[in-house]
Amino acid sequence: MEIFNYSFIILLLPMLMFVTLGLCGHKMSHRTAGMLGTSGLFIITVLAYIVAAQYFTMPRIDGVFATVTPYNFTWLQFTESLIIKLGILLDPISVMMLVVITTVSLMVHIYSLGYMHGETGFQRYYAFLSLFTFSMLGLVVATNIFQMYIFWELVGASSYLLIGFYYTKQSAVAASKKAFIVTRFADLGFLIGILLLSFFTKTFDFETLTNGSVSLIDTAAGKSFLGISAASWAMALIFMGGAGKSAMFPLHIWLPDAMEGPTPVSALIHAATMVVAGVYLVARLFPVYVIQTPDVLMFITVIGAITALYAAIVACVQTDIKRVLAFSTISQIAFMIVALGVCTSMELDHEGHGGLGYMASMFHLFTHAMFKALLFLGAGAIIHAVHSNEMSAMGGLRKYMPITHITFLIACLAIAGIPPFSGFFSKDEILAAAFDKSAFWGIWMSLVAGLTAFYMFRLYFNIFWGKEAHHEHTPHEAPKTMTIPLLFLAVVTCFAGFIPFGNFVTPTGLSYDIHLNWTVAGTSIAIAIIGIALATWLYMKPNDKPTRMADSMRSLHTWAYHRFYFDEIYLFVTHKIIFRYICAPIAWFDRHIIDGTMNLMATATQWASYHIRGLQSGRLQSYAVVFLFGALLVAFIVLCCM
Amino acid sequence: MEIPMIYYVVVSTIMFFAGVYGFVTRKNLLAILISLELMLNAVDINFVVFNRYLFPGQLEGFFFTLFAVAIAAAETAIAIAIIINIYRNIKNIKVDNLDKMKY
Repeated sequence: MEIFNYSFIILLLPMLMFVTLGLCGHKMSHRTAGMLGTSGLFIITVLAYIVAAQYFTMPRIDGVFATVTPYNFTWLQFTESLIIKLGILLDPISVMMLVVITTVSLMVHIYSLGYMHGETGFQRYYAFLSLFTFSMLGLVVATNIFQMYIFWELVGASSYLLIGFYYTKQSAVAASKKAFIVTRFADLGFLIGILLLSFFTKTFDFETLTNGSVSLIDTAAGKSFLGISAASWAMALIFMGGAGKSAMFPLHIWLPDAMEGPTPVSALIHAATMVVAGVYLVARLFPVYVIQTPDVLMFITVIGAITALYAAIVACVQTDIKRVLAFSTISQIAFMIVALGVCTSMELDHEGHGGLGYMASMFHLFTHAMFKALLFLGAGAIIHAVHSNEMSAMGGLRKYMPITHITFLIACLAIAGIPPFSGFFSKDEILAAAFDKSAFWGIWMSLVAGLTAFYMFRLYFNIFWGKEAHHEHTPHEAPKTMTIPLLFLAVVTCFAGFIPFGNFVTPTGLSYDIHLNWTVAGTSIAIAIIGIALATWLYMKPNDKPTRMADSMRSLHTWAYHRFYFDEIYLFVTHKIIFRYICAPIAWFDRHIIDGTMNLMATATQWASYHIRGLQSGRLQSYAVVFLFGALLVAFIVLCCM
Repeated sequence: MEIPMIYYVVVSTIMFFAGVYGFVTRKNLLAILISLELMLNAVDINFVVFNRYLFPGQLEGFFFTLFAVAIAAAETAIAIAIIINIYRNIKNIKVDNLDKMKY
């Protein structure tokens, strides 16, 4: 549609920023580079808001916001049917994601002006931020699954670059490699899934896949592998890619380590935007999942529920504040995944609530992006003030950092699910969707919600209350460039819950009025308050209750503190089993058979040339002799033949 | 009595192979040059003889020989100039010693 013709600028501008800052950044001053990146992003944000305003004010067709494709051009054409296109697709969820990404990214850009002040590689940092924004925006507006895969890898690469931003630090380098390898491993599954899916349906296009014109079940009928149908394999493998990016169990191990990157990066990439790519992917292909492979959706629910509980337990005992937030992110994303998983149909109206989870998931994605970015940026301000990530170095900071304190508290209340903050509304919808599916999932997720409230307030009290740590110099409030994004996000967190989200994003596109189910809401509020109360009792005043409690549950505490030894299991599997019994023989084969063949050829050639090099003596006379005898021989042969 | 053509050809063949033999065995640059001249003159004899016996009344062979002799003279002048220069540089004209440019 013509009115969205300007939407390509949203993609083009961050790309241009990346090229400009990447190539000429080192010639600019820090200030110029930072302002250039931030103002570029400001323009994109404004454009994204205009797109959203125009899109959601368009007249509905049959009560549904039409899917708009302003651009879709052929990029690669291999055969008649194998065509890869690039384009821009606007529908309610992609427009919502545009708003989320640009808002959080702009906040992080502004915040970084203060946080990264004076760092070496400041211009490089902004170049990478632009690259990331470009790839993430390209991912959400992808018109086909292959374009999504391309940008999927690009966000992976920019995440790698930003985690390893302090590339002289050994742990940062290791963390960036870990993140890249784990997500890359998951992307292998994603790629196989894409190939399976498009092999059967003969299309990459999201619209064709989701509007019901091709049926994966029909085209892949009768084919199965290991007792599971090919259709389920395809969708499960695609989810594997999403699970890798979204840090779902058991591919979650990279996200806590990714906190080695600068804190604003954690806020942008590892809390608000990139890690929800997996949720977005499932939401994008939601009609395929819910109609054609409900068994995979069940599998997704189980994975999500395990992840949510696991991450919440681990978050309760971590002492590094960024680690707590990382596990909290994993847990909250698992909430979104579960919400998608518990859907039973596309319906969402008076008769059926089967698609409530979809709406809830997208709503939670939206609110979570805001308050989790706020939490991370607040944590950044705290780390900036006390120069440590450890809780033991904090305590009693509320006197020194009032703005950070208030905004952090708002975010904690939101994530704990206390009304009227945004997290309450979205989490309540998720719990309602889970109870709709079955009481088991509802109770499970309510329990996790209670744990969420507990660990967030444990974090809050340990930072701002409790025993005051000895400070080298008095902590001070962060500069304006850092507090303004905090305040902005806090305001959004306060009011985002009142957005009539159901009017914009529903599985069928029909408008739906969110109404609170007070049984569910009441229970979740009660559980949240219990969690908060417990945390208050344990952590508000300095006392020895937490230690005694940890002692009484020694083994559980140790296991949770070491994240249930998952990293050790991975290390054992990779080092002891894969490296020793698979890689070592392969390496031997490579070194001795493949290299050996090549070496043999080289040695033989060398030996032969050593022995015949005497022929090229440079003596003209000996050449003449050879020539003479050659000529005589030829003459002799010619004569014989005649 | 006319001398048969084969006599001339025998002489020129002997001359040519004497030249070849000298070219490949001699170490002295002047001797090599002389051998080269022998080969050249053997060819000249062939030109003249074949013209005389096979195409009487035509002159191409004779003229070709005249050109070859003139060019051989010029070439010899240059070759000797080179040899003199070599002698000035390395104080002998042994072909084995001419390996300065090789390594």
